[in-house]
Amino acid sequence: MFELLGIPPQALFGQLLLGLINGSFYALLSLGLAVIFGLLNIINFSHGAQYMMGAFVAWMGLTYLGIPYWGALIVVPLVVGATGVVIERLMISRLYHLDHLYGLLLTFGLALIIQGLFRNGFGVSGLPYSIPSQLSGGTNLGFMFLPNYRAWVVVASLLVCFGTWFAIERTRLGAYLRAATENPTLVGAFGINVPRMITLTYGFGVALAAFAGVLAAPIYSVNPNMGADLIIVVFAVVVIGGMGSILGAILTGFGLGIVEGLTKVFYPEASSVAIFVIMAIVLLVKPAGLFGRTA
Amino acid sequence: MNFKTATLAGLAAMLMTGSAMAVDVKLGVLNDRSGIYADLSGEGSVVAARMAIEDFDAASKGINVEVISADHQNKPDVASTIARQWYDEEGVDAIVDVPTSSAALAVSEITREKGKIFLNSGAASTDLTGAQCAPGTAHWTYDTYALANGTGRAMVESGYKNWYFLTADYAFGHSLEANTSKVVEETGGSVVGSVRHPFPGTDFSSFLLQAQASGADVIGLANAGGDTVNSIKQAAEFGITQAGQALAGLLIFITDVHALGLETAQGLVLTEAFYWDLNDDTREWSARFSEEMGGSKPTMVHAGVYSAVTHYLKGVEAADSKETEAVMDWMKSNPSQDQVFGEGSLREDGRHLHDMYLFQVKSPAESAGDWDYYKLLSTIPAEVAFMPLEDGGCALVE
Repeated sequence: MFELLGIPPQALFGQLLLGLINGSFYALLSLGLAVIFGLLNIINFSHGAQYMMGAFVAWMGLTYLGIPYWGALIVVPLVVGATGVVIERLMISRLYHLDHLYGLLLTFGLALIIQGLFRNGFGVSGLPYSIPSQLSGGTNLGFMFLPNYRAWVVVASLLVCFGTWFAIERTRLGAYLRAATENPTLVGAFGINVPRMITLTYGFGVALAAFAGVLAAPIYSVNPNMGADLIIVVFAVVVIGGMGSILGAILTGFGLGIVEGLTKVFYPEASSVAIFVIMAIVLLVKPAGLFGRTA
Repeated sequence: MNFKTATLAGLAAMLMTGSAMAVDVKLGVLNDRSGIYADLSGEGSVVAARMAIEDFDAASKGINVEVISADHQNKPDVASTIARQWYDEEGVDAIVDVPTSSAALAVSEITREKGKIFLNSGAASTDLTGAQCAPGTAHWTYDTYALANGTGRAMVESGYKNWYFLTADYAFGHSLEANTSKVVEETGGSVVGSVRHPFPGTDFSSFLLQAQASGADVIGLANAGGDTVNSIKQAAEFGITQAGQALAGLLIFITDVHALGLETAQGLVLTEAFYWDLNDDTREWSARFSEEMGGSKPTMVHAGVYSAVTHYLKGVEAADSKETEAVMDWMKSNPSQDQVFGEGSLREDGRHLHDMYLFQVKSPAESAGDWDYYKLLSTIPAEVAFMPLEDGGCALVE
């Protein structure tokens, strides 16, 4: 049997696919961040906590109210998105005239509070959430056993990413949004309610995080730290893709998932650092990120 | 001697003991209060320490004990800073618990430097009582040798001979892998490979597939806490266990089993120093613990804190002082006896010896409800559960 770089090709394909699956989460989360940063200029540090809330609300829905997984996929982003709307109205909207740093500090503080509350209520060991029966089991692809649920994660993530990109870059609503970011006064003069649009955009970004949280609940343990561990990597993804670039966030999300997957084969000890090394290199060569526009 | 002198002598003796028995002791419980080991140590260890103080009735024996606690975030540098501050400024006499081997080794060094006492319950590395042993350090609950010797041996003996390790990339994982490899090879098995994953991790599917590709009979999980939970969950998801490979969770706490659910965890073989449902004593103690901890049962780390603090306080009482050498001497030369571990002893290298237990996780049908998780496979006697004194390489041993 021939080998590629010392690894049998079957194993390599398997690892590439796994990278793609992890990339799905990076893409979904960095997409939400990019939407919020691109349109609100807020660095949303509570994104990881909102992703965690997504998983927890799904668990609570199932445990206390009997809402199944499929219902949770729709209800949870709405519920968590609504909390995002409240946060934007009550707090974030007061910071738009200030430096970025204040938004960052506020959302970081919120993240710590939310995580602390969940930690107090549920402990850190995690809660079990089972894979929906329709997606349990898996398919043998010859080179690896692909759990059906993971395949669904990739598909769902691609659909949502494409939908979001399309809505922002190719529809009239998206055009309003982008225009409102460029010049809110002028857009307001045309009779469009700019503050409400901005609020809903934040709510949408948060809903994306919650959606990723629901997707993650059956495969990672549902625990209060799940977002904190992930969000640092996701920020690196956004920086590499270019702050605020929608397409950049999606492509780098998937791409870095694959790169990380490969590191896990060739030099597993470095897999948690690989993304940051790439970030450092990209920042040196192209400070605005791979897909960013230099302001 | 006439009656008068005898009475006076007796009175004097009583006065002396009375006045000397006012000792102020400060214990610092240092562990993970927010990260992946917070449920297995965390606040529960503080509760266990307080229970030990109350059960010992320290106040009426003239020992005033104060307990403080802090979060070391599983980071050796944070642990070192807090340990120094506690010893230098807060007047802490003994540091208790400290899970995460790398942090525990750091605290042990500082304890040596400051001439204080370190009662470790949460960490696993055998180095604490081996190459890096210290006069004031006692390693109480378990270690990587005991785990390897329990679970590793049991698995090889039931026919799982070829091993592949999934190892957390820090002191604890390395130590556990090394110890288990040794046991596996001694009992006639072999190690076909290993992969080291970053700590803490989230996605283990990549490593699990590498383990699967190795064709080993069993995948040894040399990690802990949330990492083990995720590894086991994902091994089930990727059909690894269904395809015939077994999993050996080398360090699994009851809180991990609780998080996994019996559906996923059933059948796992594991080694622990304590289980709440072992006997009347452990049941009674655990019920009291549960009451203070909102219903959750104690882990062996919590039980170890209770046992260690109890023995320490007896040492302070007997030595009539909190002076490190006197207390440690007493602790090492007298057997320990408490409600959770029963009888035990503290060896000269600082290793605490007590029985260990090999358990198997029940299936959902066998379990009577929440926290009814283990069935006892065998008891590993204290004499063989831990690494022989001469193999540790501790410099305190002549």
